[in-house]
Formats: sequence, C-alpha cells, structure tokens
Amino acid sequence: MIAAPSGEVTLLDAVRIALAEEMERDGRVVLMGEDIGVYGGAFKASAGLLERFGPKRVIDTPVVEEAIVGAAIGASLRGLRPVVEMQFFDFASRAFDMITNFAAKHRYRTGLGVPIVVRGPSGGGVQAGPFHSQSPEGYFARTPGLAVVVPSTAQDARGLLKAAIRDDDPVLFLEHKLLYRRAKGTLPEGDGIVPIGKAAVRREGRDLTIVTWGAMVPLALDGAAELAREGVEAEVIDLRTLLPMDEGTVLESVRKTSKALVLHEESRTLGVGAEAAALLAEKAFEWLDAPVVRVTAPDTPVPFAPALEAAYLPGPATLLAAARKLAAY
Amino acid sequence: MTFSLEQQRSLYRHLLLTRLLEERMVSLYRQGKMTGGLYRCLGQEATAVGTAFALEEGDLLIPVIRDLGSVLVRGARPADVLRQLLAKGDGPSRGRDGFLHFCLPRRGLYSGIAMLGTAVPVLAGMVLADRFLGKRTVGMTYLGEGGTSTGAFHEGINFAGVQRLPVVVVLEYNHYSYSTPSEMQCAAATLADKAAGYGISSAIVDGNDVLSVVEAARRAVAHARAGNGPFLLECKTYRRKGHAEHDGQAYVDAGELAEWARRDPIALFEKQLDASGVMDAAARAAVRAEVDAELDAAVAEAEASPAPVPDPEFRGVRADEEDAVRRRRETFVGGLA
Repeated sequence: MIAAPSGEVTLLDAVRIALAEEMERDGRVVLMGEDIGVYGGAFKASAGLLERFGPKRVIDTPVVEEAIVGAAIGASLRGLRPVVEMQFFDFASRAFDMITNFAAKHRYRTGLGVPIVVRGPSGGGVQAGPFHSQSPEGYFARTPGLAVVVPSTAQDARGLLKAAIRDDDPVLFLEHKLLYRRAKGTLPEGDGIVPIGKAAVRREGRDLTIVTWGAMVPLALDGAAELAREGVEAEVIDLRTLLPMDEGTVLESVRKTSKALVLHEESRTLGVGAEAAALLAEKAFEWLDAPVVRVTAPDTPVPFAPALEAAYLPGPATLLAAARKLAAY
Repeated sequence: MTFSLEQQRSLYRHLLLTRLLEERMVSLYRQGKMTGGLYRCLGQEATAVGTAFALEEGDLLIPVIRDLGSVLVRGARPADVLRQLLAKGDGPSRGRDGFLHFCLPRRGLYSGIAMLGTAVPVLAGMVLADRFLGKRTVGMTYLGEGGTSTGAFHEGINFAGVQRLPVVVVLEYNHYSYSTPSEMQCAAATLADKAAGYGISSAIVDGNDVLSVVEAARRAVAHARAGNGPFLLECKTYRRKGHAEHDGQAYVDAGELAEWARRDPIALFEKQLDASGVMDAAARAAVRAEVDAELDAAVAEAEASPAPVPDPEFRGVRADEEDAVRRRRETFVGGLA
C-alpha cells in the first residue's frame, strides 16, 4: 500500500494515484487503452505505470475502442479487474454496443457480473471542438446495469475511482478535462474510498438548491459565493454519481430550500438534469415554491471557436441570472 | 490424424443429438410452446460439433445461433437448452434471455449477444486474462459471412492478432446471412482470405465432413495454443432452413437446396462409418434409440419446469443496487414513495 502523498494534488494526479494504488493492492487490476503505456496516456493519467507494473498489466492497444471494452469484458469474466481508458470519452460511442448491450446487461442475463471500469476525459471548455469536448454521460446514464460517475474534486477522483475498480459491475468514470489540473486537493490518509451512489453537499444554504456535477460544481460554488453577497444562500449538491442518482440527498435539500436549479454542461434535452427535474416534480412537488429551473448547454454540438464555446457553456452570468430570478420567485 | 472408436461414436452421437434435439424444438415451436424465434442449424451440424470437439477441458467457447451442436459437445444438457427455448424460470438464464444466450462457466461456455461479431473481442479478452493467469486456454467462437462484415469482428481479430492471442474463429460459410447471399456480404473470394490482412493464419475445410472438420479444428487449436496467434477456420457448409422458422426462404433456389440435402453431414458420416466398419446400421440405431430416450426425458423435464415469476423488486441488474431496487419497486407499483 502506498501512503497518500502529502500536499496538494490535481484531479489528474488523483486518478493516477488511484490507479497505482489499486494496481498495487490487487494484482488482477490491469489497464488497457490507446497510448496509455509508453506515452502514459493522452493526458498522462497513466504516466509511469508501464514502468512500474510492466506491459502485462499496462496494455497499449490498437485504435479499437469496441475491442478494448470487449476485451475488458472478457477479461473481467475470467477474473481480472480491467480499467480501460477512452482517450476522449467522446470515443465511447465506438464502444456503445459493448458498454450498453454486453457489459450492462450481462449480470441480468447470465448472473455473471462484469467488473470493468471505462474511464477517460470528458467535457468542454478547452476549445477542443465537437468530438473532444462532449459530456456524453446522458447517453449512458439511462442504461440499467451501468453506474455513471463524474468526480469534481481530487479527493473524489481518487476515492470514487478506487470504489469503481472494486465494484463488481461496470462503472463509467468520466473525468472532466477542465478540472484535470485545476481541481486540487489534499488526499486523505488510507483508502479514502468514496462510495458510488452518494452525492455531496458542497455548500449549505437555505434559499435554493443547485444540483450539478463535474466542472459545473466550481461554477456553482463561485455563483453561490456571489449570491451570498446579495443575501441569497444557495446549497450546492455535487451529484458525483449520476446513475444511480442519490435521490435522498437531493430531496432532503429541496425540502429545506423549496427551490431547485439543475445545472449541467451537457445539452439540455433529455440530459441527466431532466431526470433530476422529474424526480423533483414527482417527489418534491409539495415542498417547491417555484418551478424547477434548468441551466444547461443548448441543444447544439459543442462548437470549436473560443467565442462560440464560451457562449455554449453555462457560465457565471447565465447561472446568476437564473438563480436570482429563482430566488426572487 | 486418427480417431478412436470411442471418438467416432461420440461424434456420431453428438451429431444425432443436435439433429434430433432440433426436431424436438421444431415440434415445440409448432405447438406454440416456444417463446421467440427458432434458429435452425439443419445441415450445419458437422461444423459446430466437429470444431467444438477439438477443444480440451478448460477451453472456452462462445457460440452463435447456428451452433447448438457446439454447446452440446461442451456438455450443456438438452433439458437446459429446452428450458431456455421455453423461457422457463429455472432455465440457465431464468427466462431473462433466450436460446443459446447462457453461460456455463464450468463448461467453458459463455454467452454472446445478438449483435454479431461482439464475441470476438470479448473472447480475446478472456484468453488474454487466462494467459495472464498462467493458463494455456484456447478460445473458440463462430461467425457466418455476415458476422465477418462487422466492425467488432475486425477490431477483435486485429487486437487478437497484435496480442498473438489463442483465439480460433470458426467462419461458418453457410451461403446466406438472413436473406443476403454471400457475394452481397463480402467481395473477398473466401472468408479465410481475410486472415492475410491481420497477419494471422487460416484454413478452409469441408464443413459437412465431420472428421475433416475435427482434424482442421485440432490443427487450428494447436496452432493457437502454441502461441502462434489467432486462427480463422472457414467451414464450407449450407444453411438448409431460413434464418428462423418464420422465414420461408423464398430467395433460395430449390435446386440448390436439393443439392445440399444430398450432402447432408449426418448421412455423409454414416456412409463413412459403414465403409470403415466402425459403426454399422444396428449400432447407429442403438445410439438413436438412446438419444430419443434422452430427449423424451429432456422435453418432459423442460415442459414441467415453472415459468419465471416477475420479481416486484426487479433484482439482479447489479450486485449492489439497494437504491435502484427501491426505485424499481416504486415503478412497479406505480405509486409515490
């Protein structure tokens, strides 16, 4: 077991630390992906792991996303704990069949679980264009059999990834690339496991609840600080796990605040926020003092040019305007 | 390569078991007792039986729909196969999936999914894991012409080639993918030609001659087990029925069907057994009686099995699913928490 390093680490470091710690702990954990070995991964999430664990456990693959996930499924059925990297999570579309049809349905059909983790960078804000910026969580978060996790802090990245690797069923682990080097924190001693399926209250407040995840969490916290200066206390819930969604934490918060704003980076229609809004309509209706508000990206692809992308992504101005209106309702 | 008396008897028994079990299935289908479609393998039995016969204890196999024979060779019980077809609650998939979609891990038998080609990368991962764990396992799976058109086949066999994985893909050239003839599926002269593009080995064999199939499959399995990488074994055979029982195969020329009926794999093997004197007609009749008795019991057992009972909690999707179970329960009763 490796002691947690002292001092601050980035979310990206935390991913690498979690991988190394789990590989150290369990000899069945293997990594597969494109350019993850010699190169250390496109974002360096696996830097140094080939040297440390060798090519049998850190496997560079051809450009075959479907086969990478398929091979992970097969290896998991024979006792390994594969963690595969999608170089960009956008590319998980190439493995959609393996993820949603093979992995997700396997336990239900056959009784045999498929303990794999599919991880990789998601999200926009780095001017990477329509195919390297998507937040594809919504494509997967409606598939029974999967867990979908999006950490927003370094501590959660380590603790949730370790939980994902130890989970007996498939987990999709989306790491927001904007947070890779911006989200920093000190890791706890010991395992620091963060359970899948539990949301975190990042900031307490009595006036309204912001339900969000990923790179929208720091946006929400900045927005909440600004609102506090105006006398509005917003509670910020970081879902962390989108499937299964932690209904209890969301409902408990909205019962207290009576107002809810769902904030997400993926496009609007049938995003995970729609499920959160439906949950509130079904189970929090009598506590609500205002309609549930959604602040999301519009229903367009993620554009390339900085000015276009800035207009696409939910930003402080949009969030604050919506929150002020909700607070005043 | 020689075959012991016992091996030839076993081959004959499995060919006959496959053929006669399918006849029972047809009967159950016509009685309206089956759930879903019936995908037949009439005329292709020697390919599935002969290839699976070449595997050893501990090896792995993922069949596709025409490979009933391979599943039986691996030791699946006819009664359990029938429970699957009748969608029974105590069948291998407990009514959650059909036909050959079930796993018997102790028999090295794993399930594919309907999307063709997907078993190739999954099997590659299985033998990769076994190699990692120090086992000398060989994996075998099957595809027809249509299956080899898929991206999953290409990605999987390419990955297996790079990793030199012990995977044998049996390419069942049976002339049709649903209604689409082979020449509309692929421009390559043979499916085995595809091996060159992956830097791997291949062979072509008469898929209706069971002894030839076993010999070719043994060579393919030995090649893979020795660390020489994947192997494509193309078996030339013919699908004598439609894609499924509902398909009257109006797109097939009657003369073609008659020609392949004359090349029936079981009749061919019987001729060989006559010629070699290994099993005469009386000995074969005894095997048939034994198989018939086994199938009588299997049908009775499967028919007597209970239907699955819906679980109000819809469990079994994930191992740890407390919250999800609660939500599904709410969905089921249609009420509020």
